[in-house]
Amino acid sequence: MAERSAFDELWGVSRGKTARPGFEALAEWIAGAPPGDLQRRQQAAEAAFRSLGITFNVYGEEEAAERIIPFDIIPRIFSADEWTRLSAGLEQRVNAINAFIDDVYGRRQILADGVVPQDIVLGNSQFCIPCAGAKPPHGVYAHICGIDLVRTGPDDFFVLEDNARTPSGVSYMLENREAMLRLCPELFEAFSVRPVDSYPELLRDTLYSVAPRGTREPTCVLLTPGHFNSAYYEHSFLADNMGIELVEGRDLEVDDDIVWMRTIDGRVRVDVIYRRVDDAYLDPLVFRPDSALGVAGLMAAYLAGNVTLVNAPGTGIADDKAIYSYMPEIVRYYTGEEPILPNVETWRCREPAALGHVLDHLDELVVKLVDGSGGYGMLIGPTASSREIETFRAALKAEPQRYIAQPTLALSTVPTLVDQGIAPRHVDFRPYVLTGSAGVRIVPGGLTRVALRKGSLVVNSSQGGGTKDSFVLAGRHGEAETP
Amino acid sequence: MLSRTAAHLYWIGRYMERAEFTCRLIEATIRLTALGDHESGDRAWRSALSVVGVQADFDRGGEAFSAAAVRRYLTLSEDNSGSIRACLAGARDNARAARTALSVEVWQAINRAWLIIRDRSRPGNPQATLNLIEELKAEIRGFEGAVGRMLRSEGCWFIELGAVVERGDNTARLLDVKYYLLLPPGQEVGGALDRDQWTTILQIVSAKTAYRHIYRGPLQPWLVADFLIFRHEMPRSLAASAGESVELLGHFAALSGRQGPADRLARQRLDRIEDLDIVTVFQGGLHEWLHTYIGENAALDGAIARQFRFG
Repeated sequence: MAERSAFDELWGVSRGKTARPGFEALAEWIAGAPPGDLQRRQQAAEAAFRSLGITFNVYGEEEAAERIIPFDIIPRIFSADEWTRLSAGLEQRVNAINAFIDDVYGRRQILADGVVPQDIVLGNSQFCIPCAGAKPPHGVYAHICGIDLVRTGPDDFFVLEDNARTPSGVSYMLENREAMLRLCPELFEAFSVRPVDSYPELLRDTLYSVAPRGTREPTCVLLTPGHFNSAYYEHSFLADNMGIELVEGRDLEVDDDIVWMRTIDGRVRVDVIYRRVDDAYLDPLVFRPDSALGVAGLMAAYLAGNVTLVNAPGTGIADDKAIYSYMPEIVRYYTGEEPILPNVETWRCREPAALGHVLDHLDELVVKLVDGSGGYGMLIGPTASSREIETFRAALKAEPQRYIAQPTLALSTVPTLVDQGIAPRHVDFRPYVLTGSAGVRIVPGGLTRVALRKGSLVVNSSQGGGTKDSFVLAGRHGEAETP
Repeated sequence: MLSRTAAHLYWIGRYMERAEFTCRLIEATIRLTALGDHESGDRAWRSALSVVGVQADFDRGGEAFSAAAVRRYLTLSEDNSGSIRACLAGARDNARAARTALSVEVWQAINRAWLIIRDRSRPGNPQATLNLIEELKAEIRGFEGAVGRMLRSEGCWFIELGAVVERGDNTARLLDVKYYLLLPPGQEVGGALDRDQWTTILQIVSAKTAYRHIYRGPLQPWLVADFLIFRHEMPRSLAASAGESVELLGHFAALSGRQGPADRLARQRLDRIEDLDIVTVFQGGLHEWLHTYIGENAALDGAIARQFRFG
């Protein structure tokens, strides 16, 4: 795949000859940097990240499990027009996601109308049976969505994946920008970059806006699984920047369907929980009984309407990979519009014809578990060994309904600092979409993940991916409309 | 503030104080052994083990006794929950868990101290150990400075409360191990070796010049005891620790309008120290008195945890 020439975010299809219109200053900046200068700045950024403790833990590694995510100093840029189109598409998609979740836990009209097969929803491991019939305060389910986008050409953006449970990575968007402002201030003179630092405030507003209706000033908290969790830094960063308490399950208790947190002055009532704990661990009385991360009775408090959970339990039904393939239909069904952001072509292996096609083309396709994430449980045909392919073939035949397949896309590239100098590396992009009681808000930016190995398409941090800052440029007249 | 956060902050204070105390203990013991012969050197390292209460643990560990082995045990051992590495790891774990309650500067000082010691597998020769300890002490001083610049509210009070409780415990244990050297007034003064030992005690609490400043005469063993127990000016004295814990608990009471058992215990202890003098302490037995003090300090520790609901 690396042989196919991919669209480059800086050079377009010119193969490094001419920068895309409006991005010339970045090409000049790269060309004009004295030898070793970019490396030095990048090392300074990484040293700062380590000293701040901006680390993530890798599952399955006991020793020295705290790593920093490699940071690449060459930014990825979106023009104002590109962003206008992307944000319209994101808003449309997230509105559809929330409508879909509301429907499947309520009237189930979309199933009755046969747009999405009933068994794929009701028989799905992500379908939260205790949530059926429950309506969260203000009717919002997926308050925070991370929509993974990829690009293959000038106008070809696709949604690769929806993350409607507890998407992570937004702290890197913010810290990467901080590092760029400090280390490369000249880039911000050359480009009119829209700021992203209002994200914690917007998130805070979102949380407060969905508090259960009442007269008191609501108390919001961020629930973390604890400081051994891979995203703990982000949890503490966000809680800190929003000025809310960072709590663990053992700090909370439920009494008569009311959630309380234990403080040095006694109990304080909690109204909104931005939880970064998965559904399965939320409440040992309802979900996994062995979970020590959650709070006994939390679901009862939620179902009684006394506390808002952000995101609501059960949102996994919308980002399941089996459901993903129906997203274009779902968008049309609830919005009455054509999807602005198309899906990647997807074969549902549960359908015999699709399965046949997939089995015949395993060496060309990407095969994914419908309930996998983080780049685990995935076959990348073109780079897989024949042994891996045969393992997947057997697994596909045994349980076809657990898999989908997609073509290997020529993901766009961005010039990236590597050992040998500067070389194109494949990227994806995760913007963060907030939905509060008054609708959708999007900070102009997101997380660009880059596959640092040559030719690699796997951008996950747990698999050797890095990150870049993502510039969204202000409109031509310099107006920086608020997000 | 969450009770759990309060517990983390309190333990950051305890661990960092203990790390610093162990740094100074090792430093002073290295100096002491440089002065004497091999045998007195071994005695000094045995005594260092008992000051931090790990002599039995060391012996159980099965490692042959040597100055180098003890140096490694106190500095880097992962089996020794009181080693500098273990203390800094404990402080950092608590700091990670209470990240939002700390300023960036406080977190960075703890993290940097941890990063210095994390990858060391051996302390090296005495000179290399001293260099390592010098580096660590610089970060710990940075930590103390950063705590002093935190918002003056519950967050820094809990850290300081942990440090003060730990400090009282450390000073009392140091005195208790050396009590046989600290003779009552009028008793015969030992030789040059004993004087080196008294100097070592003062070095461990970094108060050698301070002693001279206050007492102006030559080193007197009973004055060393007086200094470390009763002098408020001396920040690591038992009286200063007792006074500071009353003061810190007073800040909480002023904020919440409530007092509890910890306030009472702390005040009673301070009153008792203020009514006492060194002659009376020696009459009843320094060793016995120190044991009572260590017990009271532990009771205060428990009362603080219960009062702020993290016990």
